[in-house]
Amino acid sequence: MVKREETIAFFVEQAKEDFSLVEKNLAGVITEIKNSNAKKLNYIEEFDAADVLRQVAELKKAKYKGKLFGVPVTVKDAICVKGVESKAGSKILRGYKPLFDANVIERARAEGAIILAKTTQDEFGFGTFATHTEKVPKNPFNNERSCGGSSGGAAGFTAFTKNFHVAIGESTGGSIACPASFCAGVGITPTYGLVSRYGLIDYANSLDKIGTIGKNVEDAALLLEVIAGYDARDSTSLDNGFKRDEAPIKRIALIKDFFEGCDSEVKKVVQDKIKELKKFYEVEEVSLPLNVKYALAAYYIIATCEASTNLAKLSGLRYGVQGNVEGKHFDDYFSEIRSKEFSDEAKRRIILGTFARMSGFRDAYYLKAMRVRTKLINEFNNAFKRYDLLLNPTMPTVAPKFSDIEKLTPLQNFAMDLCTVPANLAGLPHISVNAGFVNGLPVGIMAIAAHLQEKRLYSFAKVVEA
Amino acid sequence: MAQVEVTKELIARVAKNARLNLTDAELEKFVPQIKEIILDSFSKLDEVDAKEEPSFQPVAISNRMRKDEVKKSISQDEALKNASTKLRENGYFKGPKVL
Repeated sequence: MVKREETIAFFVEQAKEDFSLVEKNLAGVITEIKNSNAKKLNYIEEFDAADVLRQVAELKKAKYKGKLFGVPVTVKDAICVKGVESKAGSKILRGYKPLFDANVIERARAEGAIILAKTTQDEFGFGTFATHTEKVPKNPFNNERSCGGSSGGAAGFTAFTKNFHVAIGESTGGSIACPASFCAGVGITPTYGLVSRYGLIDYANSLDKIGTIGKNVEDAALLLEVIAGYDARDSTSLDNGFKRDEAPIKRIALIKDFFEGCDSEVKKVVQDKIKELKKFYEVEEVSLPLNVKYALAAYYIIATCEASTNLAKLSGLRYGVQGNVEGKHFDDYFSEIRSKEFSDEAKRRIILGTFARMSGFRDAYYLKAMRVRTKLINEFNNAFKRYDLLLNPTMPTVAPKFSDIEKLTPLQNFAMDLCTVPANLAGLPHISVNAGFVNGLPVGIMAIAAHLQEKRLYSFAKVVEA
Repeated sequence: MAQVEVTKELIARVAKNARLNLTDAELEKFVPQIKEIILDSFSKLDEVDAKEEPSFQPVAISNRMRKDEVKKSISQDEALKNASTKLRENGYFKGPKVL
């Protein structure tokens, strides 16, 4: 049960009256950053104390005290923060300091948030366990296990801190829900286009969604409502004409195809939670046969195609890692930097995406995947004619050990995203909230709503949380 | 479509197109991994009869035009801020030779 005194909304109310609470909370969080870094838990990529102090001084003078007044907000490394190294967990962007804030950062600052630090992630979001990067975050519940990925640092630090804090994450195929599940947080991935991607170092343009991770539903929802909204600088931003009324939830359904692929102990926790939910909702089962069979393939084709084009711009010029160009042909210079700075995972995905877009293969893979995506979205939309929400375990397992992750082939690694990929591919809003524990390790339950029905997710997740 | 043959030569060619130099050791490692992904995952879509229009975005989005107006932008100095000192000269970015 979440008490009102534990929410950032409560903190903000108090902080507006007494600024010393802001300073006290911030001092606490900064000590935790230093501790977690010292203990090599690796949640924080970049922390600039001088920048944070400057923000506090400005906030103290501020006339308007906003919805996030004095709340420390951490930011996934892939999101640009003015003057703070932003490298999406990659080596190739080392040293890149954006000249501008991402739209979500502007919005958070306008409501009084303190932009605290960048959090660790898989390089460009390429991964399920936040292991494809130099600083690998460790699960606060068991340091030999993964935080989940790719927004691993965000979820890890959210669980680690005892202070008021909320995190901005980003999901392409499950990068908010997965780490939220493994770290017992609440992760909200909004409808595609609800939150501006302006200032996001992109992975896959038609899939990327900036969202939030908090200790409770109210915190994650409050931050999402602050960062959501139309932005002309993102050509895929949904304009304000879209309706987002709250609608009641009557009937929900467990997606049995996804459920069947999960570990038995995870199934048991989710099943027990669903039994409790029957007091509040009509609960049925639904089958999404096309999604369970084809979503992963369509997703990985689209994601790698888009990633391979996005990463083409990273070539050791203008920003990030730069070398010596003297006497070198441009092809050789670009290839040299890229080969040295991209990780194996990035190289594999670039190769896969380049392959699937090549002449002779483009229609069979890239275009076909986009057509199949239409079928998969239709399958979801049909299910939403009968049900207000669809449920599944967020992840098929609890957080795995690093030693077990090493044994997975890249394809087995992709298969771990079975439950999170379909909603992401279809751009549907979803939330992961803790449903219980297996031997001290968190298990998340995920709810998916129709486009722009985020508010249904909040009210459902509050019931689960209680 | 006919089964694609994922060979070392094909992967080396794709990598070259993507401006990646792969070592022999990398090729040895990547070829079976990529082969598994293409044959066991990507090629599954062969069995789907999909005549639908492609969804290039998951939500219907229409083109929006903006006015063609000059707006304040970053200065030349700022634009060069992230370039290394070796790769800027007289207010310009410097790159490798093209010809």
